[in-house]
Amino acid sequence: MIEIRNLYKSFGVKSVLSGTALTIAKGESLAIIGQSGCGKSVLLKHIVGLLKPDAGEVIVEGENIWQVSLERLYEIRQKFGVLFQGAALFDSMNVAENISLGLREHTLMSETAIAARVKDCLAMVGLSGSEDMKPSELSGGMKKRVGLARAIAMKPSYVLYDEPTTGLDPITADTINDLIIRLNERLHVTTVVVTHDMVSTYKVADRIVMLHDGKIIYSGTPSEVRETDNPVVRQFIEGRAEGPIKTATTRAT
Amino acid sequence: MKSPVNQTTLPDTIARVGQLALDFFNEAGTAAILMFRILAGGKNLWKDRKLFFEQALRQGVRSLPLVMLVGIFTGAVTAWQGNYQLKGYVPLQYLGVATLKAVVIELGPVLTALIIAGRVSASIAAELGTMRVTEQIDALESMGISPIRFLAVPRFFANLLMMPVLVVLADFIAMVGASFVATALLGMTAAMFWNQIPTFFEVFDIVAGLIKAFVFGAITAVMGCHIGFTTRGGAEGVGMATIRAFVWSCLLILVMDYVLAMILF
Ligand SMILES: Nc1ncnc2c1ncn2[C@@H]1O[C@H](COP(=O)(O)OP(=O)(O)OP(=O)(O)O)[C@@H](O)[C@H]1O
Ligand SMILES: [Mg+2]
Repeated sequence: MIEIRNLYKSFGVKSVLSGTALTIAKGESLAIIGQSGCGKSVLLKHIVGLLKPDAGEVIVEGENIWQVSLERLYEIRQKFGVLFQGAALFDSMNVAENISLGLREHTLMSETAIAARVKDCLAMVGLSGSEDMKPSELSGGMKKRVGLARAIAMKPSYVLYDEPTTGLDPITADTINDLIIRLNERLHVTTVVVTHDMVSTYKVADRIVMLHDGKIIYSGTPSEVRETDNPVVRQFIEGRAEGPIKTATTRAT
Repeated sequence: MKSPVNQTTLPDTIARVGQLALDFFNEAGTAAILMFRILAGGKNLWKDRKLFFEQALRQGVRSLPLVMLVGIFTGAVTAWQGNYQLKGYVPLQYLGVATLKAVVIELGPVLTALIIAGRVSASIAAELGTMRVTEQIDALESMGISPIRFLAVPRFFANLLMMPVLVVLADFIAMVGASFVATALLGMTAAMFWNQIPTFFEVFDIVAGLIKAFVFGAITAVMGCHIGFTTRGGAEGVGMATIRAFVWSCLLILVMDYVLAMILF
């Protein structure tokens, strides 16, 4: 279980999170939606301690990640797999080395076992046989999928996906959705998906929360979200420029 | 509150100088903390020896041609100008010793370190800076891998090892260059050039040169890592980081050279 309590974060004068509170139950599949730039990626980074909050707490399985030692924080992080929005592949390493880095660093697995795991992970994301390619030789969508393979290589109990289907064609996107669901249902991976893609959201999530103005303003199941009369959520899922959410153009008028 | 550039008031200037001083100490403090954390991370060096050798190869062996070139010309110019400076005051047979001392104590370590500052410090800053702005460092952290252990420690110790090696090599090649100038252009025999060296040679000179090399090696690597890790803002930020690493390393090398001279001699 992950508890996010009253999180505040500003960059300079720009306040991004202001009192964000969210509890993520073990085994659930949670989608975080919200406007571009509202702080979804920033929130994800707080969960694994990549950003330090100005105030508030992040508690992972009972441990406050900013009160434990640095060594312990690194151990806690091994429970997580993170897919970064920009994939963040190590560009000095090939695909296989990217995926196997965690295994090499944290386990005593043999080279054969590591190679087999890399092969499995690549098969899961539909990229079999691309072990020897360099990140610079991959398309945007392929990078995303290698990033996903790397995130799940250590068999983490939590996977944080930052826009897993952005930049993928609808068919590949759907196989990724299926993969996310399969990991969640069969391996009981606690899943947090940040996304704009409402098709994907409805498909993979048991619960959807919306981040707006630095706070979680809504939480509900996909069917509740479809029926909601919350004006902010309605505007977002219907994709309308007019409404309570201010956009660049409506703000000007 | 911003005042126009041409109306800078005295308090403004003082405030700016104060801010610069604060920035400097802040920067130096963060770099020093990083250095301690790298030193503490040195206990993993044997486990990560593969990373270490990779870096030693990249930083050391590939700097060789450049260091040799610098060595040759340093020696040659030292002998030539030494001849010009000593002529009429000191017998030419002391040219060899004078050159040796200048090279071993000062020119070898400082010039080699400045070359390395250009090559290694800037390239570490560019590499780690790119990894920072493309979230690769975040990715390492998220996998529970310490970027200090994985990236900074091997680079630091590789530089610490390679710098003295490169300096000794540069010293040696400089002397070869100097003896070439002395024999081919200044009309000395090889015996004249080398004969006085055993009499005046002091092991301490070599030790002092090596101490300098170690310190300069530490400075260039730490500044490269520190500036790389704290890079912000895209390709432009990486470009700035590269320049900053080079300038800071050179500056600190020259300052530390003076400090060490005061301590050692
Ligand atoms: N390291 C940083 N330094 C300064 N500002 C930052 C930093 N990281 C994020 N921000 C700011 O925080 C805000 C939220 O960014 P974030 O990346 O979380 O948005 P997002 O909700 O993920 O958007 P998107 O859906 O477009 O990815 C943005 O306004 C961004 O400018
Ligand atoms: Mg984002």
